[in-house]
Amino acid sequence: MSGRHLAKEQPDSFAFSKEGESQAKYWIAKYPDGKQRSAVIPLLWIAQKDNGGWLSEPAMRTVGDRLGMAHIRVLEVATFYTMFKLEPVGEHLIQVCGTTPCMLRGSGDIIKVCKNRIGEKNTISADGKFTWEEVECLGACVNAPMVQISNTSGDHYYEDLDEAAMEKLLGDLAAGKAVKDGPQNGRKTSEPLGGALTLSDKSLYNGARAKPLKSIPNAPKLAKKAAPKKGTKK
Amino acid sequence: MLDDKNRIFTNLYGLQDPSLEAAKKRGAWNGTGEFLALGDDWIVEQIKASGLRGRGGAGFPTGLKWSFMPKEVKDRPHYLVVNADESEPGTCKDRDIMRHDPHLLVEGCLIASFAMRANACYIYLRGEYIDERIALQKAIDEAYKAGLIGKNACGSGFDFDLYLHHGAGAYICGEETALLESLEGKKGQPRLKPPFPANAGLYGCPTTVNNVESIAVAPTILRRGAGWFSGFGRPGNAGTKVFCLSGHVNTPCNVEEEMSIPLKTLIEKHAGGVIGGWDNLKAIIPGGSSVPCLPRDICDTVLMDFDALKEHKSGLGTAAVIVMDQSTDMVRAITRLSYFYKHESCGQCTPCREGTGWMWRVLTRMCEGKAEMAEIDMLLDVSQEIEGHTICALGDAAAWPVQGLIRHFRHEIEDKINTYRAGKSVHAVAAE
Repeated sequence: MSGRHLAKEQPDSFAFSKEGESQAKYWIAKYPDGKQRSAVIPLLWIAQKDNGGWLSEPAMRTVGDRLGMAHIRVLEVATFYTMFKLEPVGEHLIQVCGTTPCMLRGSGDIIKVCKNRIGEKNTISADGKFTWEEVECLGACVNAPMVQISNTSGDHYYEDLDEAAMEKLLGDLAAGKAVKDGPQNGRKTSEPLGGALTLSDKSLYNGARAKPLKSIPNAPKLAKKAAPKKGTKK
Repeated sequence: MLDDKNRIFTNLYGLQDPSLEAAKKRGAWNGTGEFLALGDDWIVEQIKASGLRGRGGAGFPTGLKWSFMPKEVKDRPHYLVVNADESEPGTCKDRDIMRHDPHLLVEGCLIASFAMRANACYIYLRGEYIDERIALQKAIDEAYKAGLIGKNACGSGFDFDLYLHHGAGAYICGEETALLESLEGKKGQPRLKPPFPANAGLYGCPTTVNNVESIAVAPTILRRGAGWFSGFGRPGNAGTKVFCLSGHVNTPCNVEEEMSIPLKTLIEKHAGGVIGGWDNLKAIIPGGSSVPCLPRDICDTVLMDFDALKEHKSGLGTAAVIVMDQSTDMVRAITRLSYFYKHESCGQCTPCREGTGWMWRVLTRMCEGKAEMAEIDMLLDVSQEIEGHTICALGDAAAWPVQGLIRHFRHEIEDKINTYRAGKSVHAVAAE
């Protein structure tokens, strides 16, 4: 487990943005009547975005009130899930994956760049631009090492990094330049570097597979009489 | 090597368009309405006959799992919940399905839900996959718009709603009952079983939780036949599988291959071989961080399937192959995994909450050689006290990598201790 606590200094209030409000409604509508509590994680995430990238206590209370949840239950959720930042962060939040598959491919170098360029983890750089932290497996292991960067443009993965690529990425972000997400070494998604060795058969893509099936394998002979039955209505 | 014609995920790398129109051209949504017309029992029979075993790690037969759902919908609605909380270190296969071939998953959700008489399905996606969430939601919206899901899905008379939900960074939510707790808006702490989800799952209703890949292969199995699917792999290990090849290989990648492919072939054909050649291999973790590592001599011949890896006291898990070459400090590599489990323990059961931290601290000392020889056996003993003594399998998952380390690389720990005792810095030795 990781010990997580609320920030000592808290703002007085929180309110969803207009976009946040409509997003909140969209999420709440996904769950059956009386089960609105299910929306707590999506709403906290929206609140975090509306609060400059971290969750304040007033934001948690607002979410609790919206969902008819006791505040303590929201607090439990906010402190349990590590994507909820409980302290203010810089303009760009850099999350470096440090788990073994990334470690084997040099996440240590990426962390070194962050330390040199930004400072200690979980602090905001002097210019207010960056915060970095080491996180557990982000699920992009064949594109290791990698980072996720959260800012106003979204939460994108930057993959196949090395020291130089990471330096450049941070430099470009600091200079306000646009950066391209995904692999930084010219590779396309999860294919092997140098190009895919599979899935080159043209017949997969020419529409031959969209033709009506001649027959359904293992279909019973009286198939046409078997109407959809049970379970079609509640 | 598996023929391209027999690959299910024809857009694994996103080189083609993931949209509905292009997915249809690649065969998605072909015949779906006809399958539904053949009835729920027929679908379950086909999945059973295909020999499909769950792709999320445990390898439980998918068709059998589907058949556990109550035969009739009574006072409580049924739910299908798709586990897209892909967080097992080494694993990134579901990510590619969701961002590049999302329509196979959406179609699979309809078919599986119909087979289990569930009018609603939730996909629980890991919180960090935000771009993947956008891609998948786009596919869901397209399917609604085209009448493929929603009211009278595919003209079947069956009403089906598909909702995308997301988490916020907790590995434990990949455990099915923790996932359900999280989906209900609580901390992700696993539930005691029984009752099993098929009796009391989401909101106390009959629920089945399946991995993304298990659901996404179902439509193609119906289209091409259970016999086609079961024709791949050894008996009891049927089908094709997306493998994730990471670590010290020349060209890490995801690839769909036949089950039971030799590990060496898999790495040499698809990942450009081990860095420095096969002889430079030290160890492999064959199925995601939770399964014990295997030393090189076993890697030479082992087949990538459930049974073969089990014989060697490891497992296929999620088929995420983490390769480690001779430069790897095995103790450090496993210590980092131990830190992962310590970080991700939900804190509910004492053996896991206390044990994961304890193992990590001992291993951290062992990395420097600052330990007693007797502590190696003590570490093994403690790992066995954690294993099997917790509500969920995270305790086991934390114990197994440590046990694998001691089983195959005990000498590396001993060397570190000896070196430290001899007054020599361990780093100096590692650099030699």
